[in-house]
Amino acid sequence: MPEASPHLFDTIHAVEIPEGIDLHADLSGPIPRALAYASDLGIRAVILMIGGIISLLIGKAGMGFWLILSFLLEWWYPVFFEMLRQGQTPGKKFFNLVVVNEDLTPVTWSSSIIRNLLRAVDFLPSFYVAGLVSLTATRRFQRLGDLAAGTIVIQKSLQGRATALPDADTQAPSTAFSAAEQDAIIEFTLRHKSLSQARQEELSNILAPVTHKQGREGVEYLRALGNWFMGAR
Amino acid sequence: MRQQDFEKKYGEVWLALEQLLARKPFNDDAIELPGLYRQVSHHLSLAKSRRYTFSLVSHLNHLVSECHHKYYQGSTLYRYQFMRFLFIEFPAALRRNKLYVLASLSIFLLPALIMWGLCFINPDMIYTIMEPAQVVEFENMYEPGQEKFGRERSSDTDIAMFGYYIQHNIGIAFQTFAGGLLFGVGAVFYLLFNGLQLGGVAGHIAQVGYGQTFYSFVIGHGAFELTAIVYAGAAGLRIGLALIAPGNFRRFDALRLAAKDAVLIVYGAILMLVIAAFLEAFWSSSSTLTPSIKYAVGALFWLLVIAYSCLMGRGARQHGY
Repeated sequence: MPEASPHLFDTIHAVEIPEGIDLHADLSGPIPRALAYASDLGIRAVILMIGGIISLLIGKAGMGFWLILSFLLEWWYPVFFEMLRQGQTPGKKFFNLVVVNEDLTPVTWSSSIIRNLLRAVDFLPSFYVAGLVSLTATRRFQRLGDLAAGTIVIQKSLQGRATALPDADTQAPSTAFSAAEQDAIIEFTLRHKSLSQARQEELSNILAPVTHKQGREGVEYLRALGNWFMGAR
Repeated sequence: MRQQDFEKKYGEVWLALEQLLARKPFNDDAIELPGLYRQVSHHLSLAKSRRYTFSLVSHLNHLVSECHHKYYQGSTLYRYQFMRFLFIEFPAALRRNKLYVLASLSIFLLPALIMWGLCFINPDMIYTIMEPAQVVEFENMYEPGQEKFGRERSSDTDIAMFGYYIQHNIGIAFQTFAGGLLFGVGAVFYLLFNGLQLGGVAGHIAQVGYGQTFYSFVIGHGAFELTAIVYAGAAGLRIGLALIAPGNFRRFDALRLAAKDAVLIVYGAILMLVIAAFLEAFWSSSSTLTPSIKYAVGALFWLLVIAYSCLMGRGARQHGY
C-alpha cells in the first residue's frame, strides 16, 4: 500500500489493486461525518418515538418491545445499513459517504461490527471527543473504531464528466509549456462552466506576463490553448 | 494519443461497462464483465501516465472501483456457517485466548468472592459500594413470597423484562469489550465493578435471609450471563494488551489483528446473553417453580456451559487470523 510522504497532507487514499493499478478514493473529514452522524441520530430518534407511541398502545409488554428496539437502534442500526446498503447508513447516503475496508473492498460483517461496537469508546468522555481527536490525528481520518476494524470512510464522487470543451478558437501555443503547465491550462479550460467569468479573468490575469493579454481576451486565449492541448485542431 | 482521440476510441467501452454496472439487479455472471474490467483498468493506467485530464481519470477511477467492489467482496453468508461458528469457531477462539479468559475470570471472580465473604460476615459492608436506596431495592426484589422475583415491581411483565435484560445486559457486555480499547483499563473496570456488585449483593441478601430466592434466581441464567460477561471482558483485554504489548507489529496492526480475533468471542457472548435474557425473564423469575428444580436445571446449565467451553473446538486450527 503506497504511503504518502509524511510531509504531504493529502485526502486522497491510493490502493494498488490486483489488476496492477492504483485506485484512488477521497477520504472524508470530520465535518461531513459529524453531519451524517447527526442525521442518523435524528432518524433514530424519530423511529424510537414512533416505536414508543406504538408500544404505549400495546401496553405493558410494549415496554419490552421498545427496550429491544432502542437496543437494536443503538448498537445495530449502523451495522445493519452498512451491510445491506453497501456501506451507507441513510445519513451517510445523504452526504455521499461510504464505509469501506482500507483496501477499498466493501465492508465486511466483522469489520462493521467492530467499528460500531467500539463507538462506545469513541464517544468518551462525551460527544465523540475521543473519536474526533483520533479522526484529526490519523492520516486517513479514522476514529478508534475504524483503526481497530481497518475501515475508512470515503467520499463518493458525484460530479459527472465535464469534458465539453468551450466554443472557442483553437490556437497553437507560441511558447513551450511543460506537461504540468499544459495540465493546468487544460483543467482551467474544462472548468469554463463551473467558474464565474470574473474568477476566470482573475486567474488568467496571473498569466498576463506570459500571454500578454488581460481580462476577457486572456481567458479566450487560454481556452484556445486548452483546446489545442486537448487535441482539437 | 490526444485525449479527445482516446475518448472517441474507447468511449463505447466505458459506456458499455457503465450500463452493465447500472443494471438492476446486477448480473454478476455477465460474461463481458471481466474483459471490460481489465480493459478499463488498462485505460485508467494509460490515462494517468499520459496525464489526461482530472475529470477523465476520475471517471475511469470511478468505473474501476465500482468493478473492484463487485469482484472483491468478503465472503457472504453460506450454509452451515452458523453451525460452524457455534461448534468450531467460537470455542476455538476461546481456546486460542485461554490466558485472556482466565485473566478476565479472575478479575471478575476474585473481587466477587472477597466482597461476598465480607458482606456475609458484615452485612453493612454492602454500603461501601452501593447507595442505601439501591440496597433496599435489591432486598425487595428477592423478598420471598412474591409472584415474580428479581423485579422492582412484580407487575412488570415477562416480555417487558426480557426487553430490559437485552438492552441493559448486552449493553454492559459491549461496554466491557469496547473499554478494552483504553489499553484494557475499561474492561478491567467493568469486570471489577460488576464482580464487586454481584458478590456484595449475593453476600448481603444471603445474610438478610433471602438467600434461597436469590441463589435460585441467579443460578439458571447466571450460567450464560456471568460467563458471557467474562468472555466479553476477555475480548476487551485481548485488544487492550495488543495496544500495550504489540510484539513485532506496529500498534495499529496489532490492534487490528486482535480485534478480528476478539470479535469472534463477542459474537459468542452476544448469543449467550440473549439466551440469558430469555431465561432471566421467563424462567428465573417464576415463583411457581420450586427452588430445587431451579437449582437442578441451573446446575445442568453450568455443566453445559463449562463443558462446551472446555471441550469444544479442540480440533480446530490454533492460530488466529
